[in-house]
Amino acid sequence: MHNGAATTETLAGDVRPLSTARPGERGVIVHVGDHDEHGVLNADELERRLLELGFVEGAAIELLHEGMIGGDPIAVRVDDMRVALRRREAHAISIRFESGN
Amino acid sequence: MTDVTLSPLRAALVGNPNSGKTALFNALTGARQKVANYAGVTVERKEGLLTTPAGRTLSVLDLPGTYSLRARSPDEVVTRDAVLGRLQGETAPDVVVCVADATNLRLILRLVLELKQVGRPFVLALNMFDIAQRQGLQIDIERLSKEIGAPIVTTVATRKRGLEDLLRQVDAVAQTVAPGENVWREPTSADLRHAHAEARRIVKACVKPAERPDTITGRIDGVLLHPAAGLAILLGLLFLMFQAVFTWATPAMDGIEAGFAALSELINGVLPDGLIQSLLVDGLIGGVGSVVVFLPQILILFFFIIMLEDSGYMARAAFLMDKIMGGAGLHGRAFIPLLSSFACAIPGIMSTRVIDNKQDRLTTILVAPLMTCSARIPVYTLIIAAFIPNTTVWGFVSLQGLVMFGLYAAGIVSALTVSFVIRRIFWRGSVEPFMMELPTYKAPDIKNVLMNLWIRARIFMSRAGRIILPLMILVWALSTFPYPPEGATEPAIDYSFAGMIGHFIQPVMEPIGFNWQMSIALIPGMAAREVAVAVLGTVYAVSEADGATDALASLLSSQWSIATALSFLAWYVFAPQCAPTLGVVKRETNGWLWPSVMFFYMVGLAYLAAFVTFRAASAFGLG
Repeated sequence: MHNGAATTETLAGDVRPLSTARPGERGVIVHVGDHDEHGVLNADELERRLLELGFVEGAAIELLHEGMIGGDPIAVRVDDMRVALRRREAHAISIRFESGN
Repeated sequence: MTDVTLSPLRAALVGNPNSGKTALFNALTGARQKVANYAGVTVERKEGLLTTPAGRTLSVLDLPGTYSLRARSPDEVVTRDAVLGRLQGETAPDVVVCVADATNLRLILRLVLELKQVGRPFVLALNMFDIAQRQGLQIDIERLSKEIGAPIVTTVATRKRGLEDLLRQVDAVAQTVAPGENVWREPTSADLRHAHAEARRIVKACVKPAERPDTITGRIDGVLLHPAAGLAILLGLLFLMFQAVFTWATPAMDGIEAGFAALSELINGVLPDGLIQSLLVDGLIGGVGSVVVFLPQILILFFFIIMLEDSGYMARAAFLMDKIMGGAGLHGRAFIPLLSSFACAIPGIMSTRVIDNKQDRLTTILVAPLMTCSARIPVYTLIIAAFIPNTTVWGFVSLQGLVMFGLYAAGIVSALTVSFVIRRIFWRGSVEPFMMELPTYKAPDIKNVLMNLWIRARIFMSRAGRIILPLMILVWALSTFPYPPEGATEPAIDYSFAGMIGHFIQPVMEPIGFNWQMSIALIPGMAAREVAVAVLGTVYAVSEADGATDALASLLSSQWSIATALSFLAWYVFAPQCAPTLGVVKRETNGWLWPSVMFFYMVGLAYLAAFVTFRAASAFGLG
C-alpha cells in the first residue's frame, strides 16, 4: 500500500535518492526502502534500520556535511536530529528536494 | 515494615544512545555499582543497589542503549531479552525506567510504544530537562503522561535533579501497576511506520517546539566536520592524545617502577636468598608491577576517550575516519583503539568498547597488537644499535631511523592487511552499515568523567590483573625451575624449563636463523616484549650494570649474523610476545577462543616473516 502512495508523490518535483544530494540541499523524505543492490543487508532489514533511526516518510532532510574522500559518508539533519551514514545506505531513501537550492 | 516493603525491587534503564542514560545510572547508584559480563556474551552488565524513599532495596540495571527492541547487535539482544525477561539467569525487571533526551522526543516515543506492548510497568524519565527549558521547549507533561499511559519524571542527571522523584514513582508504579500481557512482537516496517506516525501525533499534541533551538552544534560541526579543517583538527587532537599517553604517563610509570623496585629491594634485604624471596620479588612483585605499570597509560587514554564520548565528538571522529578505515574493512570507530595501541595494545584493546558491532570489534582487537607498541622499542633499539650502521642514506636520512620507521610501517601495513583479509574472506557477509546519530555537543560533566574513569581502572586492576598475574607467575616458574646443578657453568636459566623449552623449540627456530640463546629469550619474553632484552643479557652473561645495553649490543653484533638480527626484528613485528595482551583479550572477549586465534595467527605471521627475511638476507650474503 505504501509503495502506491510513494509512486503518486514521485510524479511531482525533483525526486532523487538521498545519495545524490550535495551539501545544503533540503527536502522531504517521500520513500524509504528502495534498494536492491545493497548486497550486505537485505532490503527489508535496511529499511527497518533506517526507519528506526528516524528516516521516515514526511521527515525533513538537509544534507549538512560530507566526507573529504569521495564526499562520503554524509551527515544529514533528519527533523531535529543529526545522523551520519554512507551514501550506499542513503541510496535507499528518496527525497523530494526543494527547488532553487 | 511488612514483607512486601522489604522485598527487593528490580528496575532496568532503557533508552536511546546519547539520552544520558548512563549519567542517570551513575547519579542514581554512585560508586556502588558492580560491573560484570552477561553470561556467555561480551556485553557489560552494570548493576547498582540503592534504597528507595519507601525504604525498599532497589537494584538498578543499566541496559545498553538502543533505538528499538528489535535487536541487531549483541548489546541490543541483551536489552531486548532483559526487558522481556528472557535473559538467562535474570528475572524480568519489576519496573522499566525509560530514559529520554527531553530535547528529542520523537524517536524515544516510538521506543516507548514498543515498551508498552511488553506490558512491564514503566516510568518515563525526561532527562536533560534543563537543556529543554533553556531552549524554551514546552512539554505538556500531564497530557504526554496520559498519551503513553505511564508516569513521567523530569530529571537532570548531571545535577542530580529529579532523582528522588524518579525513585518515588518507581516505588509507586511497583506498588500499584500490575504487569500486563506481553503482546510485543518484532515490528515489521509497516509497524515501524505506524508507530512513527503515532509518535509524531503525540509530539505534535504535547510539545511546543523550542523557541531558542540549539544552534551551537551546527556551528561547531561547521568547523569540526569541515572536510579539510575537520580532519586536521582530528589529527591534532590525536597527536595530543598520543603525546599524552606516551609522555605524561612516563613520570607516573617511572614512579610505579621505582616503587616496586624499592619494594623488591626491601624484601631482598629482609628475606634470605631462596625460593620464597625469588617468588615474592621476581614472580609476585614483578607480576603485579607489570600490571600496575600500565595503569597511568590506561587512565590517560580513557580520560581522553571518555571526554570525547561525553562531549559528542567521538561520533564525529568516526565520521571523519570512516572512509579511510573502511578501505581496510574496519569501522570508523576503530581508529582510536588502533592509535592507542602504538602506546600499548592493552588500553587499545580495552578501548574497542566504543565499537558496537561484535565483528567490527573483534577484528579491531585481533589487529591491535600488530601496531608497534612502546614495549617493542627497547628490542628494536638494541638490535638496530648492534647491526644497522649509523650512517646516512640519500644524503640526510639516518639509516637507523629509516629501519625504525620501516618497522613501524610494517606494523601499520600488516594490521590493515590482516583486517582487510579477515573482513573480505572470513566475515565477508557481515560488514555493518555505518549509520549513527551525531549527538548534540555537551560540556562533559567532570564528576561523571571521573566516575567512569574510576570504574575503568577498577575493572582493569581486578579482572585483567586476575588473568595477568597467574600468567606472570607461570613465566617466573618456567624460568626458575628446576635449579641449575651444583657447579653449573652456564647461566641458571639454561637449566630451567624455559631453557629446556628454548632448546626444544630450537630445531623449529633454526630455519629462521635463531640460535638457542634467542629461543630461550622468547619464553620469559612472553611476560613482556622488553623482558627479552634482559634475558639476552642474562644468557650472554652480560652484567646488569650501567651500559649493559651497549655491551650487549656489541656482543650481539659479534655473535649474530645480520640475517639473524633482521629475522629477529621481523619476528618481533608480528609475534604475540606479550601474555598481558592475551590476558586482556581473554577478559574482553570472555573466553580463550579469541586469544588462541590471536596467538596462533600472530606466531604464524611472525615465523613466516622471519623465515622470508632470514632467507632473503642470507641470499644477499648477509648470513
